[in-house]
Amino acid sequence: MTRVYISRDMASVALGADELAATFRQAGCEVVRTGSRGLFSIEPLAEVEVDGVRIGYGPIAPGDVPAVLAGDHANRLGEVAALPFFAGQQRFTFARCGVTDPLSLADYAAHDGWRGLDAARAMAPQAVVDAVKASGLRGRGGAGFPTGIKWQTVLEAAGPTKFIVCNADEGDSGTFADRMLMEGDPFCLIEGMAIAAHAVGAGHGYIYIRSEYPFAIATMQEAIALSAQRVAPFTLEVRVGAGAYVCGEETALLDSIEGKRGQVRAKPPLPALSGLFGRPTVINNVLSLAAVPFILDAGAEAYAAVGFGRSRGTMPVQIAGNVKHGGLYEIGFGVTLGELVNGIGGGTASGKPVRAVQVGGPLGAYIPPSQFDLPFDYEAFAAAGALIGHAGITVFDEDADMARLARFAMEFCAVESCGKCTPCRIGSTRGIEILDRIIDARDGQAVKNAQERASGYLGKALNSRAPDRIDADIASQTALLHDLADTMKYGSLCALGGFTPYPVLSALDHFPEDFGAVQVAEELA
Amino acid sequence: MTYTREADHGTPPATTNTRSVTLTIDGATVTMPEGTSIMRAASLARCGSIPKLCATDSLESFGSCRLCLVEVEGRAGYPASCTTPVAPGMVVRTQTERLKQLRRGVMELYISDHPLDCLTCAANGDCELQTQAGAVGLRDVRYGYEGATNMGQAKDTSNPYFDFDPSKCIVCSRCVRACDEVQGTFALTIEGKGFDSKVSPGGHADFLSSECVSCGACVQACPTATLTEKKVVEVGTPDRAVVTTCAYCGVGCTFRAEMRGEELVRMVPWKDGKANRGHSCVKGRFAWGYANHQDRILNPMIRESVDQPWREVSWEEAIAHTASEFRRIQAQYGTRSVGGITSSRCTNEETFLVQKLIRQGFGNNNVDTCARVCHSPTGYGLKTTFGTSAGTQDFDSVMQSDVILLIGANPTDGHPVFASRMKRRLRQGAKLIVIDPRRIDLVKSPHIEAAHHLPLRPGTNVALLTAMAHVIVSEKLYDEPFVRTRCDWDEFADWAQFVSEPGRSPEATAPLTGVPAEDVRAAARLFATGGNGAIYYGLGVTEHSQGSSTVMAIANLAMATGNVGREGVGVNPLRGQNNVQGSCDMGSFPHEFPGYRHVSDVETRALFEQAWGVALDGEPGLRIPNMLDAATDGSFKALFVQGEDILQSDPNTHHVAAGLAAMECVVVQDLFLNETANYAHVFLPGSTFLEKDGTFTNAERRIQRVRRVMSPLNGYADWEVVQLLAQAMDLGWDYTHPSQIMDEIAALTPSFAGVNYDRLEAEGSLQWPVNDAAPDGSPIMHMDGFVRGKGKFVVTDYVPTDEKTGPRFPLLLTTGRILSHYNVGAQTRRTGNVAWHPEDRLEIHPLDAENRGLRDGDWVSLKSRAGETTLRALITERVAPGVVYTTFHHPDTQANVITTDFSDWATNCPEYKVTAVQVSASNGPSAWQENYAEQARASRRIAVLESAK
Repeated sequence: MTRVYISRDMASVALGADELAATFRQAGCEVVRTGSRGLFSIEPLAEVEVDGVRIGYGPIAPGDVPAVLAGDHANRLGEVAALPFFAGQQRFTFARCGVTDPLSLADYAAHDGWRGLDAARAMAPQAVVDAVKASGLRGRGGAGFPTGIKWQTVLEAAGPTKFIVCNADEGDSGTFADRMLMEGDPFCLIEGMAIAAHAVGAGHGYIYIRSEYPFAIATMQEAIALSAQRVAPFTLEVRVGAGAYVCGEETALLDSIEGKRGQVRAKPPLPALSGLFGRPTVINNVLSLAAVPFILDAGAEAYAAVGFGRSRGTMPVQIAGNVKHGGLYEIGFGVTLGELVNGIGGGTASGKPVRAVQVGGPLGAYIPPSQFDLPFDYEAFAAAGALIGHAGITVFDEDADMARLARFAMEFCAVESCGKCTPCRIGSTRGIEILDRIIDARDGQAVKNAQERASGYLGKALNSRAPDRIDADIASQTALLHDLADTMKYGSLCALGGFTPYPVLSALDHFPEDFGAVQVAEELA
Repeated sequence: MTYTREADHGTPPATTNTRSVTLTIDGATVTMPEGTSIMRAASLARCGSIPKLCATDSLESFGSCRLCLVEVEGRAGYPASCTTPVAPGMVVRTQTERLKQLRRGVMELYISDHPLDCLTCAANGDCELQTQAGAVGLRDVRYGYEGATNMGQAKDTSNPYFDFDPSKCIVCSRCVRACDEVQGTFALTIEGKGFDSKVSPGGHADFLSSECVSCGACVQACPTATLTEKKVVEVGTPDRAVVTTCAYCGVGCTFRAEMRGEELVRMVPWKDGKANRGHSCVKGRFAWGYANHQDRILNPMIRESVDQPWREVSWEEAIAHTASEFRRIQAQYGTRSVGGITSSRCTNEETFLVQKLIRQGFGNNNVDTCARVCHSPTGYGLKTTFGTSAGTQDFDSVMQSDVILLIGANPTDGHPVFASRMKRRLRQGAKLIVIDPRRIDLVKSPHIEAAHHLPLRPGTNVALLTAMAHVIVSEKLYDEPFVRTRCDWDEFADWAQFVSEPGRSPEATAPLTGVPAEDVRAAARLFATGGNGAIYYGLGVTEHSQGSSTVMAIANLAMATGNVGREGVGVNPLRGQNNVQGSCDMGSFPHEFPGYRHVSDVETRALFEQAWGVALDGEPGLRIPNMLDAATDGSFKALFVQGEDILQSDPNTHHVAAGLAAMECVVVQDLFLNETANYAHVFLPGSTFLEKDGTFTNAERRIQRVRRVMSPLNGYADWEVVQLLAQAMDLGWDYTHPSQIMDEIAALTPSFAGVNYDRLEAEGSLQWPVNDAAPDGSPIMHMDGFVRGKGKFVVTDYVPTDEKTGPRFPLLLTTGRILSHYNVGAQTRRTGNVAWHPEDRLEIHPLDAENRGLRDGDWVSLKSRAGETTLRALITERVAPGVVYTTFHHPDTQANVITTDFSDWATNCPEYKVTAVQVSASNGPSAWQENYAEQARASRRIAVLESAK
């Protein structure tokens, strides 16, 4: 019987993978559902096993099945792993994703699964923490804080009850690595959490998954049940978010698990010392925890051998937006942004020139092609006023209106703000209003006259602070935007308000013409 | 004192840490306890003032307003000083150009969504937002006012005492946090998110219909005019503040009475108050409007007989008349034919004077007080076992408790401020055992759940507590080293043998108590082995035929488990009235001089005889019920009642009324024409706690100053009226200030030896005993040994009450009180508190209601062997089947028409908590209610007013 491998990943299913699998089954094939390989331009993808080699066909539709089985379909890709998109990767974390049946314990064990956990459990907790430190692994959620140091704090924290919390509230637009891993290789995350539990002395773990990821939730729940004995006495459960982006912030996430309104906590105390239910808590991103089995299995040196500067190991980069080859590309730090966007991503899908890319989700900076020689490295990006974040790259072509994208950043912040701190709560809304004024002025819409404004709420009641005193011209509003960005960046309680200025100011700095700067210059002249 | 706000250091003090940290703030070297926030350190060290809005030192730091950002050398960014603890060698700058810029930026955002009506705002001049806007130098709001706004929302004026104006809210969450952390009710929340975040009374339509208990913590915490006292809206901001003590329950909260001239604007809990630690309840905080209520009687009145209208007379005439009547009656019927009742609502000094008047002037010991009907068994039981008639702990002690055993008390209603402390401790992880027939709120409320609730049948306290002792003894869970060193071992052995008899096991007594044996065992084990065990109890313990036995059973449990004599443990009666501890201390009992010394003790009597210059009676006098009995027998003819309404509060109203009616001269001194005054011949107007100087002593033996903030409307403070009477009887009193009375108390009472007004002024409060052995007072008693020497175990055999259910009276009635009302309701019924509880209701279980065809809100007849009344039913599972419950706050109901003459075997404390009753549908008031209403109307006529019409 012919064995066919088809992804069960949510993105693949959205593209028709289920129908494809059903058709292969009807054709008498044995269909193995795997995770996604991570290159969406070839999905839906079917890999037909021939003499132990998996030959890929994609993208294909159910109607293509006879041709595929005949071996002469036009979209025959050959051995998928040998395609340039995959051959160039360094898959430490995603080695099994797209290859194995995510819920097969046998598959997992056959593909080096549990080796990291077994190695860790043979070591003293401190030795495990030392290995993670030596690997140079840094938090993959965005902050880039050394994972080993976080674990060390929890290991040293007093108390009989400690927790491992996995942050799987992957809310950044254009990112999907957490989801792909949870759907494609859930045991890897479980193994990483079990290693963390052994390293710090925790007994129970939570995986906090956003409600928008129903496949990941179901897969993780099933995987937890299947592997319960293997990771015992460590126990795990899934908690589902309720749609708030800010619950991806670690302390808001902890509040949410505790059943409270998801609001950011002030630090200190650090979650490592007083986290979930006031107990010492390791809270790490999916990718951080999923990197750990490799480190314990292959050794910290093997992981640290890859990378750039102080950014060691690999990063599963997610390329999305207006791009030809969108997908997940795991590679060692140091690759340049230009290679990722133009080389691996193949430029824009529209074929027009790239105008900007946003790296690190909706709070990441917009970077123009002039900076594409930037190496993928936490420090290099920080120096350029940008961030790596969760390593999502969103590509825009020359049609992008950067002022509207700046407005979107403020709007995103306003919609997702928890409302706790003032700069974010009020500032984001005021930011939208400023950008609206700038865009109106840029587009030549007449500024509402003073009388019209004065008739609004409060207008008549106020003498000293009459609304018609607002300086609505572009220069004044741009100056106000800078001041607001400063207040938000340095005054906000968490990264939501604090990082919103990155996309806004980078758009303003790199693309001043979209903000009416030319008109200003002309007016001045 | 002129009006200034109390200092606010922004964050609470560091807890349980004695290590100190030295750092530099704005160039000054500062040393602070580890764990202190930079904000608090800067404030305490007076290193400038860091702007703040969301921080206040009654709440944990929150870090939301972002005004308090500072610079710390070597740290990136601008940490919030409220959430950043001091660290050794830290170099902090709180005032830099960069910080100014950031703070102004934040303030500009605040003001872009805030109405600019400062001049007409109730908080004008007393607004933190206004102050901070000034402090950061905000001069312009460049965002304008055309954008999105939260202004223009409707005000919520539903609460009788404060308004909620969401348009002025800055979403600092201080109100929400105060409700959670301080009050522990969790009634408030933030709804929505981002710019739409709004304070909400838990999703309810308004504050009144929400779970809010109107404690005022949110109003106090609000930095703007969003939550404002209606009185401030009406009057304006205060211009001076005087610290005084609340005249409601025995918690003894201290308040700043914030005044504008002679007008009280608001009562704000005093942060330095050691009983309440800055918290309050709806009564003390808001329900003081009775002080100016139109019902107050301001002129003395007399009448020949109670069917006549009152005649207003001068003070001179009233005093002379009273003195001559008492002298006449004594001449005619004998020295012991008259007596008096002291008030637990009056000051120590006033109470002392009333008993002095009786002992020195009347020449007998016919003095009693309302403690007769509440905590007299506590006095007897604790004196017998420990040697002191008072609770053993201060309130702070509960914060060190691990297991709290709560018996027959409902602190969230009766002692709400202490209940909030207890809840805070429970949220920290202490375990709770509740012994109560009703499922009181503490059994389960937000973030609180009792480990065990033992819903016993009313009247079986002794059986249940003995069963717990059975478990502790038979499972060898007692603290043998403690008992051997601190108690009489032989007495313990006798007691241990007694309790361990099989007939006293939980299994054997379960049919009596109705509590499953395994629950009793589990609770006993938890109490004995769970760490610091503290017992708190109320009138559900004392107001029984075995009240004194129950108190001693409690003391036995505490001693057996080694839970006496240190922080976190002890036996703690929750005293009902503001000064019931003090009135007992001051010699209000017929057998005891001040300081609980028996009148038959020759040495003590000689002391008082020397001081007062007369021979004193060595025979104990009459208790209240004895006085009433003697009156109906014809041997007791005149009574002076100060500040107590025995007709409404004492049991078996018919009997009380008969006793009063049989007297020739009843003198009532009170604020209002209360129910007892319907039987009075002389009415002397009383003064409120706002109108006099003195001291109250709370349930933790804490003596605190009461300070006069306004002139007595009736012309005299109560102590002055008693002095006028004494002078009319030629007793030669000449006090010019209550401090002189306290000096006399101190000179005559060993436990008060070190108490005087100068020390109270300097130290805020003192906990007796204060004497050479304990110069700084005694927060916790029996530390080094019991006052009586060895702790005494007393065998407490369970004797069922004679009040039994049967076919005619199948249900058991138990009575109590509710949060919004106090005692007979004379004060609280004359305030906005009636919004919550306009009438007494009968709580009845759905099963019992269904058997009787009753629906919620139906009028029902409540009938016992003693009498009958009608009230409306409240169908609830808070009471068990077979048990009904009501409050006694409203004279229209007169719950005590139902209660009986049964009383505690040792002290005559009435058995309010157990009355066999029948409940049936009714369509109107009982005959008694109708007659009484008519009689009361007739009795309250005032001739002067009628002629004026």
